[in-house]
Amino acid sequence: MPSDLSARHILEFPGGYTRTTGPVIGRFLTELRDGRIVGVRTADGRTLVPPLEYDPHTGDPVTGEYVQVGPAGTVAEWTWVTAPRAAHPLDRPFAWAMIRLDGADTALVHAVDTGHPKAIRAGLRVWPRWRAERVGQITDIECFVPEVTMIVSPVRTEYTVTPGRALTRFLEGVRDGILLGGRCATCDKVYLPYRISCPECGSPIEEERQVSDTGTVTTFAINNLPDPRAPEVPFVSAYILLDGADTPMIALVGGVPAHEVRQGMRVRAVWVPEAERTLSMTNITWFAPTGEPDAELEA
Amino acid sequence: MRAVAVAAFAQTVHTGHDTGLSEPELLLPVLAEVRAKSGLRAFGFTCSGSCDYLAGAPFSFVSALDALGAWPPISESHVEMDAAFALYEAWVRLQHGDVDSALVYGFGKSSLGDLREIMTLQLDPYYLAPLGLDQLSYAGLQAAALGADRAELDAIVRRCRADGRRNPYALDLPDPTEQDDGHAAPITDGAAAVVLVAGDLLREYPRLAYLTGIAHRIEPHYLGMRDLARSPSAADAATAAGVGKGRVDVAELHTQFSHEELILREALGLPPDTLINPSGGPLAANPVMATGLIRVGEAAQRILDGTAGRAVAHATGGPCLQQNLVAVLSEEA
Repeated sequence: MPSDLSARHILEFPGGYTRTTGPVIGRFLTELRDGRIVGVRTADGRTLVPPLEYDPHTGDPVTGEYVQVGPAGTVAEWTWVTAPRAAHPLDRPFAWAMIRLDGADTALVHAVDTGHPKAIRAGLRVWPRWRAERVGQITDIECFVPEVTMIVSPVRTEYTVTPGRALTRFLEGVRDGILLGGRCATCDKVYLPYRISCPECGSPIEEERQVSDTGTVTTFAINNLPDPRAPEVPFVSAYILLDGADTPMIALVGGVPAHEVRQGMRVRAVWVPEAERTLSMTNITWFAPTGEPDAELEA
Repeated sequence: MRAVAVAAFAQTVHTGHDTGLSEPELLLPVLAEVRAKSGLRAFGFTCSGSCDYLAGAPFSFVSALDALGAWPPISESHVEMDAAFALYEAWVRLQHGDVDSALVYGFGKSSLGDLREIMTLQLDPYYLAPLGLDQLSYAGLQAAALGADRAELDAIVRRCRADGRRNPYALDLPDPTEQDDGHAAPITDGAAAVVLVAGDLLREYPRLAYLTGIAHRIEPHYLGMRDLARSPSAADAATAAGVGKGRVDVAELHTQFSHEELILREALGLPPDTLINPSGGPLAANPVMATGLIRVGEAAQRILDGTAGRAVAHATGGPCLQQNLVAVLSEEA
């Protein structure tokens, strides 16, 4: 005979149930109110935290000797709570843990706030996070938090840099819409950008030589992390061997889906309009495919 | 020791929801059944196990006496524990020698409230209860201490649920899934009763399940004072009850969480060929406060129906197997 009759029933001691603590637990809670954690010594010299009136192993009364422990400790066992209950100490996911406080021979059960289950493990060093307003309850410790083992160091300093003589000459060319290399007469190699000495033989480079703004992709990378210098994500950065040069330059490849870029692809520089050109590499937006057949790359 | 035996056992068809029956109404048919099976109408001693917090009413066990008919006045007692511990009290009472029969029953409707938080109320009020440490949380700490293999625990749940589906009194639970992993015993309403006999009454029954040994031991309450991966109190109780003195055909263990089976197997020293929780155990039906008594009843039933010659029953109370009772039942006195 199913019935729809039901009622909400609440069992509660309004204002809470009054309990005396006795001297041992009372001492612990009093110290806790002052921000200290103490244990009590047993007759055989072990330190019980939290203190009990009797040694759980022998049944003998504990000694009257209280010792300060922790406040740091080491996590022994832990279990993660994904959905905290209303009565739990934290309103976000946390771990319950058995914490062996420094100087204690037993473990304290409390919550550990690590934010993420991957951040807690057996052996983790933790410290109490005290409540500002303490009343003499186990919850005067809001929870434990991991020991500080890492800091974030901001680093920033400013400089004024100049390009030097060779690079200035190269950028002047870029401003005028041409790409200047330097030819070493000894090695018969054209280096790009222009430089004033040969990196191979060390000879001074006397000859400027203009190279083409078309070239061949020798290798490339597809980048999925945004970069202020790239127009979009993903973008392709490539080594491009310009026609007439013996060394490749690094540049963006655009105007083509990233997955279509390949080694040997023929590309041409896309220049910004003449009126917008400055002494800067931003004069070349990127290199775009020319549509010519792919070039054979030397091994 | 005076020989004491289980003469009858009965239990409700347990449910995972409130069927609308009050606790005395749940109990009445079970008491009628053990009276019929034992042929006894009145008992020398009556003892029950229940928990007022389940119903949220003080002395709720007193109203349960209505199911019994306690007039003229009977010799009666109650434990605020699983009824297996009431059975222990009845066994002690029968050792006095002046009465030859005892009725033991337990009941609980955990559908009424939030069992996980009700279990917080059994914790010490100074160090644990203020944290709101609930039943699943402290069981999680014990499982972590044990560090059991997940696949082994999953296999325990699958086996218990399959056995439970074959047990007409247990819940009909499907094979476990990720969403319904079944590592915690289900919320269950139910009741159970056992009749114990001794002295001249022993001769009245063609077959009995003799309680050849029974003992319980307890450990410190505070979890941080114990090695949660082991159960020395269950081991001590098993030794005192004489578990190792013979073969063990069947063991019914009060496992409210899958990992507890591994801890208890080890503590009780059960041989590998012992059948564990063939009823499905608590993972298939967990009428809190009757669950432990049902372990004794299921083990006894195996002796009574001749499918086992010697069986072990285990019951527990307190967080993380704090207190453990072990009983040995045998076809021989």
